[in-house]
Amino acid sequence: MLQLKKLTKTYKTGDQALKAIDLEVPKGQVLALIGPSGAGKSTMIRCINRLVEPSSGEVLLDGVDLARLGSGALRKARREMGMIFQEYALVERLTVMENVLSGRLGFVGFWRSFLRKYPQSDVDEAFRLLDRVGLLHMADKRADELSGGQRQRVGICRALIQNPKLLLVDEPTASLDPKTSRQIMRLITELCRERGLAAIINIHDVALAQMFVPRVVGLRFGEIVFDGPPNGLTPEKLTEIYGEEDWEATIEKVDDSDDIEAAE
Amino acid sequence: MPVLDQNGTQVWRRRTGRESLQRWFGWLLGVAVFVYCWQIISASTTWFFVWDAPRIANDIWTRATPPRWEYITQLGRPIWDTLNIATLGTLISLCLAVPVAFLAARNTTPSALFIRPIALLIIVSTRSINSLIWALLLIAIIGPGVFAGVVAIAIRSIGFCAKLLYEAIEEIDQTQVEAITATGASRWQVMAYGIVPQILPAFAGIAVFRWDINIRESTVLGLVGAGGIGLQLSASLNVLAWPQVSLILIVILVAVVISEWVSAKVRGAII
Repeated sequence: MLQLKKLTKTYKTGDQALKAIDLEVPKGQVLALIGPSGAGKSTMIRCINRLVEPSSGEVLLDGVDLARLGSGALRKARREMGMIFQEYALVERLTVMENVLSGRLGFVGFWRSFLRKYPQSDVDEAFRLLDRVGLLHMADKRADELSGGQRQRVGICRALIQNPKLLLVDEPTASLDPKTSRQIMRLITELCRERGLAAIINIHDVALAQMFVPRVVGLRFGEIVFDGPPNGLTPEKLTEIYGEEDWEATIEKVDDSDDIEAAE
Repeated sequence: MPVLDQNGTQVWRRRTGRESLQRWFGWLLGVAVFVYCWQIISASTTWFFVWDAPRIANDIWTRATPPRWEYITQLGRPIWDTLNIATLGTLISLCLAVPVAFLAARNTTPSALFIRPIALLIIVSTRSINSLIWALLLIAIIGPGVFAGVVAIAIRSIGFCAKLLYEAIEEIDQTQVEAITATGASRWQVMAYGIVPQILPAFAGIAVFRWDINIRESTVLGLVGAGGIGLQLSASLNVLAWPQVSLILIVILVAVVISEWVSAKVRGAII
């Protein structure tokens, strides 16, 4: 469904963030992208929806090369890709409801969105999603009144209300505590399964990635150095991705049973 | 080297001996220049007038008190004009300043190479000329009266408001803008959802702050014939009607205090 061909990004400073990345993500697959800071994880995700312009190569979404689209067609293509951010990136001074509905901006005209006159079907869907993530009672609160975990749930709703084919998730748990991190990862992977969504999740918590995703891609200096199932991440592989360190503790099987009450 | 080694203990000083000496000479030079300038100013001052000042001031004070209270019936209309000049001028300037600010802010300007310099030029040129001078120019162009005052205040305020606003735009959290862009929103929608909510508090603060300043500025515009209470002030000064002048000054003071109180309240409510 999503295919990257020789995707390259060279910043103006001369730093080559991505070196001819080739990657294919089939429909409905959730994939974790791991790698040290500066490996190009964020750049790769942003090159897909062109928040960062790729220097060369192709980004094929269902056969359409996103890298070559004009601004109008790019806007249409962006509607197909939901994005979830590290620091939530909610509009702090708007309400939870407005933030969720902002996911529909690509579908409604300027004046409708400006006057907050969204179609009833959008509003229904927003309530349904808020209910699904357990935030229905918060719909009227301002986004800056919520806790980190709650904000990230709103961020997830905003991405899902676009009804996307693909989720781009940039470090969803980096600003959250360990328990909330697991809840958010579980929520994202569950929702992807429910809706048959493909997702690329940038994450630097290797154990967390192993716990929730069927495929892990390791990035180092803008190149893919690992691509396989989570149990293929041996200490040697992790050393190749991150550099020399004692990896035994990290890849130890994490016991998930103490976390069951958090699942609801 | 601020650390000195004395008998094996490390002594720390803020400055070395050489640096302290340099600073001492610097101060000496400063005092010498001050004394020299004082002498020049003293030589070109007619000291008779200065020594005479307390007596003249006292003379004016006795003439000006008590204020001519019954004159207040003629001041209602001019102070109302002054308020209107300030308020209308501020509103017009805000309408013009918002687009200029968006064109000048580095993260929203359509072209950093061509349009941004023009926007910055508008900001600098309107800011650097005092509203009294704008009023003089405009009276020559559109004739004396309240309208010239409104336009003068409006033009003078564009630069001030646009500068503060474009700085607020440049300081916004860019990830919120990114998030809205990623949904497939159009340029205008990104502005309405990603940028405007973030700068709204700054905008409201700037608006009342400038309104408060404009009330003070518009009180003097009448001195050059641009309407408002300054007109009465210059008329009274011309005929040496000191009790009227003192009453006008009291009225201006009250108006300024009230406007300052209002703007403080509004800003307190926003922040």
